[in-house]
Amino acid sequence: MSLRVTTPTDREIVLTRSFIAPGQLVFDAYTQPELLTRWYGARGWKLVGCDIELREGGRYRFESLGPHGDTMVQTGTVRQIQAPLRLMLTEVFEGQSYPGETLITHEFSEHGGQTTVTSTISYATPEGRDAVLRYPMARGMGESGDRLVELLTDMLANHRKELP
Amino acid sequence: MEPGGYGGVAVLDATFHALADPTRRAILARLAAGEASVTELAAPFHMSQPAVSKHLKVLEKAGLISRGRDAQRRPCRLEARPLRNATAWLADFRLYWEESYQRLDVLLESLQKDDSS
Repeated sequence: MSLRVTTPTDREIVLTRSFIAPGQLVFDAYTQPELLTRWYGARGWKLVGCDIELREGGRYRFESLGPHGDTMVQTGTVRQIQAPLRLMLTEVFEGQSYPGETLITHEFSEHGGQTTVTSTISYATPEGRDAVLRYPMARGMGESGDRLVELLTDMLANHRKELP
Repeated sequence: MEPGGYGGVAVLDATFHALADPTRRAILARLAAGEASVTELAAPFHMSQPAVSKHLKVLEKAGLISRGRDAQRRPCRLEARPLRNATAWLADFRLYWEESYQRLDVLLESLQKDDSS
């Protein structure tokens, strides 16, 4: 049940993860502020402020607290909401180093008591995506491992999907 | 020394750019099975040799393949290091977010317990 990360195009990052829970509950965890603040945030970051106007065209604002007391604010618009299957949001960080709005699409698919969430993060430019991929490295993490075979398998799987 | 030892940001960008194209990924997957000439590579893709050569140039520039010295065949060979760097990078990104998802596992479990009690 580990997280899968792929980069199907030069502007996208796709995160896939399964949870042992019904779709509606997982959807709630992605959309209810009192639940989001209990889990959301990359390593060292904690969501401390969370407002969502849960309707199409509604605005949201996330404020996170980082490892050295840094704050990070992301805001955007709810583009599409189709509970409990699909949620589409735009995203801009305050002081963002790359141009344009990012489009995030979460798809929730329940099967046999498990819900798989596929999150497609689509950046306005390839530079934006590459900047975001650099964040973990900037934090000095350095796990190296030979995942060549795994990558090639992914690449082959992607290639087959793209064939007519 | 570049931060993190991934071979540098410019190199990584070149790797990701090279990997963004499905034909180039398929060429790499083919080369993972062993070296091949341009003619051999062009056959399964129904592409002209110049079109394949163009992709090979991108891959060569990104350091993902090398070309042999044999003037006639110039066989292409997969170079594993940039791919390993790119996958290590993605693995870091994955770990960076995995903790968050693990908290969600715990939350979902506790919510379901509340529900059934």
